[in-house]
Amino acid sequence: MTAAAPLISLRSVSRTYRTEGVAVAAVRNVSFDIAQGEIVAVMGPSGSGKSTLMNMIGLLDLPSEGAVYLQGADVADLTEDRRSSLRARSIGFVFQSYNLLARHDAIENVALPLVYCGIARKERLARAEASLEAVGMLHRAHHFPRQLSGGEQQRVAIARALIASPLIVLADEPTGALDSRTGAEILSLFAALNRTGQTIVMITHDPGIAAQCRRTIHLHDGELVGDETQAPALPKRSAVS
Amino acid sequence: MTMLQGFQIALHALRLNPLRSFLTMLGIVIGVASIVTVFAIGSGAQLRLQEQIRSIGANVLMITPGAVYQGGVRLKDGSKLTMTESDVQAILEQIPEIQAAAGSIAGTAQVIHEGKNWNTTINGTTTGHFMVRDWQLAAGRYFSATEEAGAGKVVILGSTVARELFAPGDDPIGAQIRIMKVPLEVVGVLDRKGPAQDDVAFVPLTTAKLRFLGSASNINRDSVAYIIAKVTADGQMAGARAEIANLLRQRHRIPAGQDDDFKVQDPAAAMEAQQGAIRTVALLLVAIASVSLLVGGISIMNVMIVSVTERTREIGIRRALGGRMRDIRLQFLCEALVLCLLGGAIGVAGGITLSMTVARMAGWVTSIDGQAIGLSLVFSIATGLVFGFYPAHKASKLSPIEALKTE
Ligand SMILES: Nc1ncnc2c1ncn2[C@@H]1O[C@H](COP(=O)(O)OP(=O)(O)OP(=O)(O)O)[C@@H](O)[C@H]1O
Ligand SMILES: [Mg+2]
Repeated sequence: MTAAAPLISLRSVSRTYRTEGVAVAAVRNVSFDIAQGEIVAVMGPSGSGKSTLMNMIGLLDLPSEGAVYLQGADVADLTEDRRSSLRARSIGFVFQSYNLLARHDAIENVALPLVYCGIARKERLARAEASLEAVGMLHRAHHFPRQLSGGEQQRVAIARALIASPLIVLADEPTGALDSRTGAEILSLFAALNRTGQTIVMITHDPGIAAQCRRTIHLHDGELVGDETQAPALPKRSAVS
Repeated sequence: MTMLQGFQIALHALRLNPLRSFLTMLGIVIGVASIVTVFAIGSGAQLRLQEQIRSIGANVLMITPGAVYQGGVRLKDGSKLTMTESDVQAILEQIPEIQAAAGSIAGTAQVIHEGKNWNTTINGTTTGHFMVRDWQLAAGRYFSATEEAGAGKVVILGSTVARELFAPGDDPIGAQIRIMKVPLEVVGVLDRKGPAQDDVAFVPLTTAKLRFLGSASNINRDSVAYIIAKVTADGQMAGARAEIANLLRQRHRIPAGQDDDFKVQDPAAAMEAQQGAIRTVALLLVAIASVSLLVGGISIMNVMIVSVTERTREIGIRRALGGRMRDIRLQFLCEALVLCLLGGAIGVAGGITLSMTVARMAGWVTSIDGQAIGLSLVFSIATGLVFGFYPAHKASKLSPIEALKTE
């Protein structure tokens, strides 16, 4: 693998769902790269294929056609177990509905990905504390999700996404369930993370939020219809496309 | 994910719903408890029989009265004492395979020593009795020839009677005790042979006849209630049995074609047969109890399937966060295993309690069998694996994307 290989690379990726004989092309022939350290907003109307795309980048799903490369390696060549391990170590998911385990407290939720990295409980909890601290939620470590506000739950979810120091954080409408002020706080948390070098891809409906990301990808009916990068600071990107 | 982590997650999940967890494992609890109880009672019964077989002594034949005809009417077995002391003598002298023999008569009476008294079996017999049964003395001596011939006022105590009549420091040998107002000197105390055997006091046969039982109408001077005889070697049991029967038929002048007025039995063989029967019944009961284990397993599978459906979203989250299919499978398998093991442990505890209660109430001997406990736990684990596998497999096969979409 050369140093030039982008973190994520999509080449002519299509994803077609077949239900009862009807084929729905959720993503069609999409190609783009994401480099280390970028923050990318993905926009598009409902049903345009944003989540489908995100699932493929997050190794939860495979393209029907084309290929997704993670650090130059075709993810379709990996075993299901290997993709799972990569999800634990290299991908951090943040969902619109937080997806915390209701029956575990905040710190246990944050530590969860490390269970699947084979890390011992003591170290898991120590790292979960550090991760909660980083999102300003350490004081809620032993609260259960139902005892937390939406914004607090989303911070815990972000702490969980960050705990294994992933290559990339994938957030599917992370502010979708929050009021605009809380949403803005979450957004500035992402911005701060990105300033430390964290690669982030974020689905959003809110043009205001997208405007704060340097790069925005637009989807429409499964097709890539726009890929804009704002001035001033152009992120380093691979020249190959 | 390791096995240990699997168990931690499982315990956490089961603790959240203790009542449901307990109800789920109830079938296993009942199954294992029944198996342990059946084994405990069955092996207790076997132990008791084995003790009895041992206490009779090796290669012992027992001759008891049989049917008697009076005016063409067959009377109940044992209604008349048909054996005599001269029969004992004849058996000893004329059958070479017999190395010892003794006649006995027995009844119950109160024995008294100073302030203490005890109801026990009084057995009138000869020293030969102890030879036949290989029964050694703990202290003192057997009856002397003079005492046997002359209705000596002496007694040999079984260990239970000695314990009941004498304080731990007291030496019974030489002490005077009374049976039916007759003072007797204790000349011997026997070794322990087992709780059912040791509650007895032996007096010379002549003493029993003349001093205690002489007035009973069915006792003539020469009769004995039963005879025990020791055969020299195991292989000669059948031969000796037949010879005794022949000899007694001749001596009792029984015409050909008429039933014996006695029975020659091999009590050890009879008890061994009984032991086999107990084993068969115990196995049958265990088989029935296993059905409960099966039902318990099905109930665990049922609850686990529901649980997998309820927790689809959790499964989706775990998969998205890096749980492999096998991690999910392990998690649910561990839950089934924990349910079964916990149910098994509670069942073992319940079974032990139950069999001890039964033992106390019914006065049975029970013996808690380590093997039965081990076996029940192995069964529980197997049940958990077999019935937990399908739900766990189902959970592991869920698509993470679909699972995340469920509410
Ligand atoms: N499992 C599936 N089976 C069939 N069709 C599906 C499936 N998942 C998604 N689709 C279809 O694919 C298309 C894209 O769906 P996707 O969830 O990616 O949209 P989205 O851009 O995330 O929408 P939203 O903004 O509402 O979340 C939709 O038309 C949807 O109906
Ligand atoms: Mg979506």
